[in-house]
Amino acid sequence: MIEVKNLSKMFDDLVVLDNVSFNVTEAHLVVILGPSGTGKTILLKSILGIIPVDSGEVLFDGKPVQSAKESEIYDIRRQVGFVFQSTALFDSMNVCENIALPLVEHTKLSSRQVRDKVQEILEIIGMVGKERLYPRSLSGGMKRLVAVGRALALDPKHLFYDEPTTGLDPIMRDRIVQLIIDLKKDYKKIGIVVTHDLDTAEKVGDDIYLLKNGKINKLKKIGKEVYNG
Amino acid sequence: MNLFSLIGDFATFFFRSLFIPWKFRTSKDRILEQVYNIGVGSLPIIIIIAAFTGLVSTVQATYQMIGTVPRYIIGTTVGRMVLIELGPILTALMVSGRCASSMAAEIGTMRVTEQIDALEIMAIDPYRFLNLPRIVGTFISLPVLTIFAEFVALLSGAVYAHYFLNIPFSVFSYGIIHFFSMRDFFGGLVKSLFFSIVIAASGCYFGYIVKGGAKEVGRAATYAVVSSSILILVLDFLVALVIFG
Ligand SMILES: Nc1ncnc2c1ncn2[C@@H]1O[C@H](COP(=O)(O)OP(=O)(O)O)[C@@H](O)[C@H]1O
Ligand SMILES: [Mg+2]
Repeated sequence: MIEVKNLSKMFDDLVVLDNVSFNVTEAHLVVILGPSGTGKTILLKSILGIIPVDSGEVLFDGKPVQSAKESEIYDIRRQVGFVFQSTALFDSMNVCENIALPLVEHTKLSSRQVRDKVQEILEIIGMVGKERLYPRSLSGGMKRLVAVGRALALDPKHLFYDEPTTGLDPIMRDRIVQLIIDLKKDYKKIGIVVTHDLDTAEKVGDDIYLLKNGKINKLKKIGKEVYNG
Repeated sequence: MNLFSLIGDFATFFFRSLFIPWKFRTSKDRILEQVYNIGVGSLPIIIIIAAFTGLVSTVQATYQMIGTVPRYIIGTTVGRMVLIELGPILTALMVSGRCASSMAAEIGTMRVTEQIDALEIMAIDPYRFLNLPRIVGTFISLPVLTIFAEFVALLSGAVYAHYFLNIPFSVFSYGIIHFFSMRDFFGGLVKSLFFSIVIAASGCYFGYIVKGGAKEVGRAATYAVVSSSILILVLDFLVALVIFG
């Protein structure tokens, strides 16, 4: 369970987060909807302590993030897979090495076990046979899939997706949406999806919140009108 | 930005990069990769620079002194110049131009494309992952490159003296060996150890603090080379005062 309590963050006089609170409970995928530039990425990164906040705190299964020591933060982050909007794949490593890196760094698995685990993940994300390719030769959607794969490597309890479907063609978008749903159903990977896409929000979200002008509000139903008023 | 806070940041950055658990099991491959990039990768350019340095020093020393001193003194002069000063400093400046810039560009690009954020989120310490191997790799490579450069420079000087200046190998090398002092040789190496730290730490530091995009990455590469070059000369002077002063 992730409890976000009264997070606030300003850049100079720009209020990005204003007393933002919500919970990610067991078995629930939380969607945070909001137009571009409202602070969705800032919110995800501040939940994990990558960006310092002005006030408020986040509890991961009761453990505070903002006041934690560096080693404690690292322990918490290890339970979270993060899919960046930009994918942030390591461009000096191929698909296989990108997915294997967290395993090599954090586990004592033999190289054979690492290879098996990577194969297993490639099957989940539907990228078998692409493991020798470098990020520069992948399409935007394939990079997104690999980013999900890398996030899955350590078998994290939670997954955070930053705009997972933005800028993709409809077919790839459906594929990613389906992957998010399958990961929740079959592998119990829950967490947070931030997006500005109403369609994605509706399909994957159990709880849907709107982040706008720094304020967060739970939505009962969604339609185009959520962005107005 | 004031100078003292910059020096403070720089020093903190350096210690933060080294005084951490090294996790040698996974770090050693990355250290070896850097040793290869920096050491082996710089060899061709270092050979060229060193060969010409040996030639020029021999020509100059001969021009200034021939006829006034015994001929083996040419070997002595070239030897000491190369071991104390030219070998360490020219090697360091070359490696700074070649490697500090590429470290800053590489790490800077990783910063602006969120790859460093990705490391942090994956609980992989970016200081250990990126900076440690570069600093240690330079620390290992630069002294070895320096010794190599000194050898090449002395060899090219001796060959030139033998064939063009009528100073036979035996005379030239007598001049080098007879007046060889361990203090010269190790003094030069100590300098190159200091230089290696300055080169790698500047490259990593200016890359690490990049904010923005392609233009800022380019600027980081420039800062890395300019500041490490200046620091190399300042340190050269300070170490010279302590060891040879
Ligand atoms: N380092 C920064 N300094 C100042 N403003 C920033 C910084 N990072 C982000 N912002 C601003 O914060 C707001 C939220 O950014 P972001 O979280 O990236 O939006 P999005 O909802 O599209 O992910 C934007 O208006 C952006 O301009
Ligand atoms: Mg964003």
